[in-house]
Amino acid sequence: MKKYAFIIDIGKCENCQNCFLSCKDEHCGNAWPGYSRPQPLHGQRWLDILQKERGSFPLIDVAYLPKPCMHCDQAPCVAAGDGVVYQRQDGIVIIDPDKARGRRDLVSSCPHGAIFWNEEEGVAQKCTLCAHLLDGGWKAPRCVQSCPTGALVLFYGPEEELRKRIAQERLQILPAAQDGPGRPRCYYKNLYRYSRCFLAGSLAEQVSGVEECVIGARLVLQRGDEVIGEQLSDDFGDFKFDDLPDDRADCELVILLGEKEVKRQTVTLSNGQSVGTIRINR
Amino acid sequence: MRRLFSSMLRRSATVSGLLVKTMLRTLPALLRLRARTHRSFSSRLREKDLTALISVRAESIESAFALRAGLVSAVSMPTARETADVHLIFSDSATLLELLAEPDNFLGQLNALKNFRVDVRGEDHLVQWFLETLKQLFASTKSLDYGTRMTDGSHRYVNNTNGGPVFVYVRDGRILRITPIEFDETDGASWTIRARGRSFTPPRKGTVNPYVLGLRSLIYSKDRLLYPMKRVDFDPRGERHCGNRGVSGYQRISWDEALDIVAAEIRRVKIDHGPGAIMNSCGSHHTWGNIGYWLSARTRFMNSIGSSQVVHNPDSWEGWYWGAMHHWGNSIRNGASDTYGTVEDCLQEAEMIVFWSSDPESTSGVYGAFEGTLRRQWAKSLGIKMVHIDPYYNHTAALLGGKWIAPRPDTGSAMALAIAWVWITEGLYDKDYVAARTTGFELWRDYVLGTSDGITKTPEWQEAETKVPARVVRALARQWGSRKTYLSPGGLAGFGGACRCATGIEWARSMVCLMAMQGLGKPGVNMGCLQQGAPVDTHFYFPGYAEGGMSGDLDNTGLRVSLYQRMPQLPSMNPVSQVIPRLRIPEAILGESCEGYPTDPKSIEGQFRRFGYPAPGHAPVHLYYKYGGSHFGTMADSNRYARAYRSDKLEFVVNQSIWFEGEAKFADILLPACTNFERWDIGETANSGGYSHHQFIQWNHRIITLQHKCIEPLGESRSDYQIFLALAERLGLGNIFSEAMTELDWCRRLFTASDLPTRTSWKKFFKKGYYVVPAPAEANRAPVSWRWFAEGREKDVPELAPLPGDYKNRWRRGLQTQSGKLEFEASSLKRFAPDDPERPPLPTFIPSWEGHHCRELYSRYPLNLISPHPRYSFHTMFDGKDSILCDVKDHRVLLDGYYYWIVRINSDDAAARGIGHNGLVRMFNDRGEVILAAHPTDRLPPGTVQSPEGSAIYEPLGEPGRSPDRGGCINVLTPSRNIISRSHSTASNSCLVQIELWDKRDIS
Repeated sequence: MKKYAFIIDIGKCENCQNCFLSCKDEHCGNAWPGYSRPQPLHGQRWLDILQKERGSFPLIDVAYLPKPCMHCDQAPCVAAGDGVVYQRQDGIVIIDPDKARGRRDLVSSCPHGAIFWNEEEGVAQKCTLCAHLLDGGWKAPRCVQSCPTGALVLFYGPEEELRKRIAQERLQILPAAQDGPGRPRCYYKNLYRYSRCFLAGSLAEQVSGVEECVIGARLVLQRGDEVIGEQLSDDFGDFKFDDLPDDRADCELVILLGEKEVKRQTVTLSNGQSVGTIRINR
Repeated sequence: MRRLFSSMLRRSATVSGLLVKTMLRTLPALLRLRARTHRSFSSRLREKDLTALISVRAESIESAFALRAGLVSAVSMPTARETADVHLIFSDSATLLELLAEPDNFLGQLNALKNFRVDVRGEDHLVQWFLETLKQLFASTKSLDYGTRMTDGSHRYVNNTNGGPVFVYVRDGRILRITPIEFDETDGASWTIRARGRSFTPPRKGTVNPYVLGLRSLIYSKDRLLYPMKRVDFDPRGERHCGNRGVSGYQRISWDEALDIVAAEIRRVKIDHGPGAIMNSCGSHHTWGNIGYWLSARTRFMNSIGSSQVVHNPDSWEGWYWGAMHHWGNSIRNGASDTYGTVEDCLQEAEMIVFWSSDPESTSGVYGAFEGTLRRQWAKSLGIKMVHIDPYYNHTAALLGGKWIAPRPDTGSAMALAIAWVWITEGLYDKDYVAARTTGFELWRDYVLGTSDGITKTPEWQEAETKVPARVVRALARQWGSRKTYLSPGGLAGFGGACRCATGIEWARSMVCLMAMQGLGKPGVNMGCLQQGAPVDTHFYFPGYAEGGMSGDLDNTGLRVSLYQRMPQLPSMNPVSQVIPRLRIPEAILGESCEGYPTDPKSIEGQFRRFGYPAPGHAPVHLYYKYGGSHFGTMADSNRYARAYRSDKLEFVVNQSIWFEGEAKFADILLPACTNFERWDIGETANSGGYSHHQFIQWNHRIITLQHKCIEPLGESRSDYQIFLALAERLGLGNIFSEAMTELDWCRRLFTASDLPTRTSWKKFFKKGYYVVPAPAEANRAPVSWRWFAEGREKDVPELAPLPGDYKNRWRRGLQTQSGKLEFEASSLKRFAPDDPERPPLPTFIPSWEGHHCRELYSRYPLNLISPHPRYSFHTMFDGKDSILCDVKDHRVLLDGYYYWIVRINSDDAAARGIGHNGLVRMFNDRGEVILAAHPTDRLPPGTVQSPEGSAIYEPLGEPGRSPDRGGCINVLTPSRNIISRSHSTASNSCLVQIELWDKRDIS
């Protein structure tokens, strides 16, 4: 039995919005009988793009997280729907556009905010994975078709194959969805870019009366006795430990030149900051 | 055979005369027969009542007939001579027969016309109708099918846009969806590049920009102009109330009324004021296609009526055009670089790419959609290092990673000079190349080292200007000096916001000098960021829009280079030689005199010819024929435009616009134009012709489209072509304008003029809607740009520039500069204005005239505003209009029922002003004030704010031109001063502002 799933690579999303816009192009003002009523021109985000800026000037990065309906197995909307919402055998969760009239309650059944209330149509609605297109022979929904970077991928295959990919590519579901209800069929690659924090900084030193970048210094990040990460400063004296918990824990950053420890300082892991420039003396 | 036939006819006037006599005698019978057998022809004949007379002078042949209520009847000759509505005159029978035998011999027709061997008399619309009727008499009635029928009953058509080619799905006359194009197995083959042990091939599809996906909502926007309109208090025969423009409402009028008013006003100002009184202006871009484009149909019309041409400043290129060109030539590219073969070379050889004021992920080069994205992802996967120098942590930096270096805006060449200082003091430059391929290095070296002016341009020195730590610049210089590096100044090699500010000329010049030190053209050392230079077929000819389409304009388009010979057409010379610098339109309207310098890519010296306004013996402007509404959102100090519109000196304003927005709201008469989805056109993706020769090398495949008419024009809107034709007919210029052809006729004529007929048939192309030019054999790929120069060989890249006379030693040897080499000190500037402190022959550091050195101004307005091109619109074209793009969180923000434009501000600067996310702020300076939604961020250094240009909405909260704008026209704040006096240029990124929280009670 083949089933659909989203595989989304945060590392490749650049917020071009092609997915968001092609979704609106497909659904605003267009009714797809049996699948969906028209989406209103404004307001609904069947595929929302969240963003996260990490660090502080000038050591920052930005990640974007496209968030469609995750077409959960054991979806809470299906449970709440009393037959109005159903999951197809291929995994697509559909809100019946005719039966869902007046069912405003469905909006709050989704813990991810993926269901919207259409005032004009009097119906609850959401992403259909463009099932009307897939059923008509299309290879992908509009959002996937228009993605220029390969960030959005539609998986269609047996569950074992999906599980294999999840393990191999370290795919994850949204942290907020980890404890249910429902098991999302939307998996993220490089999710840490959005959900975890980094620790970045620059190393500088005085050489012959001017300030220079410290290139190739060894940096060790420790939490108690545990070494969390180790790396060399780059060509600009910059370093960046990534995929760290955003738990405001204190860590120890040890800087070594060769074998010699030249600096040790306590740092706090948190999303909104980088440690800035660390000046060292040999 | 044809030649034999015509020589035979020429030799025997008796034979041809007999033939023609017989033919003309049978013509009424033929018309009747056709009407009897073809219902569509019979209904056509009912469209007009007229008397037609055809005469052949040499053989004294005359033939006439009348059409009344669809019936063909004989007319007596004396009556016909007096009452003929349409009179076709031929000099001799042979001419008539020749033209008849070869209906597609446009050159033959034009030659006959120009030598008065054929002539027509009569009302244009009747003549046009009559000729079209004669054509249909002999044409096949089988109407060709176009588009692809889909299994769900919809039709899939093809069209093209600024952001890529598209499939358009239509059902019941309504557009269902617009998608990127996906190729089928019959489409042209793709290329493969082998680099570092890997193979790279692009996918079999095209990409599109985000705004392309908003098009359906724009086509059906509630802001579409669907009917001709007249300003309620405008009376062309009485009070005009010019001062109410921008405030008064509109009433619907008929097309006839609107066209009559416009035609009458065109006639009136010519008679009342003399030549030059009509001014036309449009945006730099248009809906896609070679026929409907502003450089095509519009140009032919405006030339035909005689009008003052508004000349564009080279606004995407500024610093390159006025500066860099003097050091390396490339005038044909407005001073930017060619980039042939650079995708292959960069992937194979380069170790680092320096993006400097370069964000191709936002700007798509231009027309490049996301074609370059994949190639940059390949580069990243190959481990090519990336550095991004931009005050804003742009989307290219965010996607690709690498080092982000954020200089204070508008600090020109400071950082470049410090990089050169490191290279010189540490010996990190290519001394052999400098010795063999450049001139003037010693002067540059002495300036950098400070021996000539006492200031050493050290990294520490630049830190005071740019605020970039000296150590970072030193590290960058060392990496650059020891790695094979591509420099990408701007999203294309030669654009970038840094070239559009007070220091932009010196910045662009310094970019050339840096590459001259690093051996430009050697393997892995070149210009670009993989945005251009794909190995597509550059030997296949299809014209780009700047080649002028049907303009007939040999002076102001690229028509004469290739297209005119392939598609002969009536030349449309403009009798009015007055030109108006676009940035001085308001002053020109107000009757002030002004001056400008031309954008003339023919030679380096083209830009030196100063011109004045008004031109000698010409009238100042009194009638403004505006196309579209873009200037408020795109032109500097744009409140000037609003004020000028409201002047009595401007007696009449007509705006031909698709949407009711921006400047359209300041017109007296509105003519509703339709989009390119509602008319026929033909065009190749990203092929802009002369504006950037071979621009299509941004694309992974060359995609040429027959732009299907997907739906009927909405409301009463019409294509630009139809509007111009209707006006031309009222002015007796209809046949001069159209050559009695429809838009689709012109598409076919252009198809025939291109290389397409060697690969596909019109029928196939018409049906399918696109053709993918196959990738060339590897041996036919364009060589790498500059490689020939670096290796001291003949120029071998496929461009017809410089002009043969601009070479010094011999054709194809050396550059366009006087020395034929890369010049650190520019000989052209030494010849032109050696003592110009604003642009000395040697590039130097010159502080901005609106920057932190301006103490008093800076104390009041301590924030540097940069206004790059918007990411989610193409200038104003896709913004506003209640489209789905308003919902893009980083484009506009909905607050209390209004979609505000966004300004990005450093989080510390925001906190100091009490500004939170989406807080409404007023951004202002002495020029004006704009209300915006703030996005605090660390993507900008303290002291710098970012808000793109391109707002289509101009909504002054009080008197237009003198009150805050809530729409988001950032250019309300930017200076109208030229970068340097001897130029016609915009310095939009030299803009000091202050930002405060906005108290909505300010709305009075």
